[in-house]
Amino acid sequence: MNRFLLPLAVFVVLVGFLAVGLNLDPREVPSPLIGKPAPLFAVPQLEVAEKTFSPKEMLGKVWLLNVWASWCVSCRDEHPILVAYSKKGNIPPVIGLDYKDQRADGARWLTQFGNPYQLSAFDADGRVGIDYGVYGVPETYLIDKAGVIRYKQIGPITPEVMEKKILPLARELDK
Amino acid sequence: MKSIAVILLGLLLATIVSAKEAAPLAEDPVVEQRMIRITEELRCLVCQNESLAGSHADLAEDLRREVRGLIREGKSDDEVKEFLVSRYGDFVLYRPPMKATTVLLWLGPFVLAIVGLIALILYLRRRSLSVVDAVLNDEEKQRAEALLKENQ
Repeated sequence: MNRFLLPLAVFVVLVGFLAVGLNLDPREVPSPLIGKPAPLFAVPQLEVAEKTFSPKEMLGKVWLLNVWASWCVSCRDEHPILVAYSKKGNIPPVIGLDYKDQRADGARWLTQFGNPYQLSAFDADGRVGIDYGVYGVPETYLIDKAGVIRYKQIGPITPEVMEKKILPLARELDK
Repeated sequence: MKSIAVILLGLLLATIVSAKEAAPLAEDPVVEQRMIRITEELRCLVCQNESLAGSHADLAEDLRREVRGLIREGKSDDEVKEFLVSRYGDFVLYRPPMKATTVLLWLGPFVLAIVGLIALILYLRRRSLSVVDAVLNDEEKQRAEALLKENQ
């Protein structure tokens, strides 16, 4: 009996490790920015080039910074979800960051697929993206009233992520 | 014959037109060398099996540009690495620092090796104890000797 117990225990532990390993997504690198102030920037807006946007303007509000681009394929999956939620109006204000895009392409994208953003900032050379540690668009940051990053979604927001993670946390932060 | 020449010319033009614009050559070889030395130790986040120095991903290109800028500003190697770690986390370092979260990564293999070694020693000891020295009676001894002789 004892002869089989030990190999069995080792086997079970090994299977446990492998099961956890299989469920981890190597593309999801935890951001060191969570719990830190959102990096400040000032860049032109996408639609009105003369106006700039800076995260300072959002102090005192819980808001979402959604990094997108017209060339980004998974943004097409995510976009309808953002549009639907913004129509319902029960999500925090969403600011877009059009990342390494052409102005005309970005604007056309919004006319074509709808605009869920209060406004979109235009990050032509990707420098803002670097400060936020963006490495795979779309990415979304939940930022609290004090301007601290509380959550980062890497990859498209799904209704499940929105309902289970982003909205409950946003409500919590809004209290 | 003429038509073939025309087709070849067309193909040649097509390659010229579609060829990607060559990346500008290093303006400053010293900066470039340091940039490569630093980025060889860093992981590209888009193609995770490639170093930042060798990746052709757009982001890698941007980050190399940032690193060049930092070097020109006179930042030290550690400061450049810190710039990237503060944005992308320890994951970008091929040699992550020893921390509470990376202890398992650093010590795990040694712990496993030691556990394996102890298990092996225990197993061998138990086995050598369980083998009892064989005792032969006279008849068996004679037979054994006879067999040994036969073989000679």
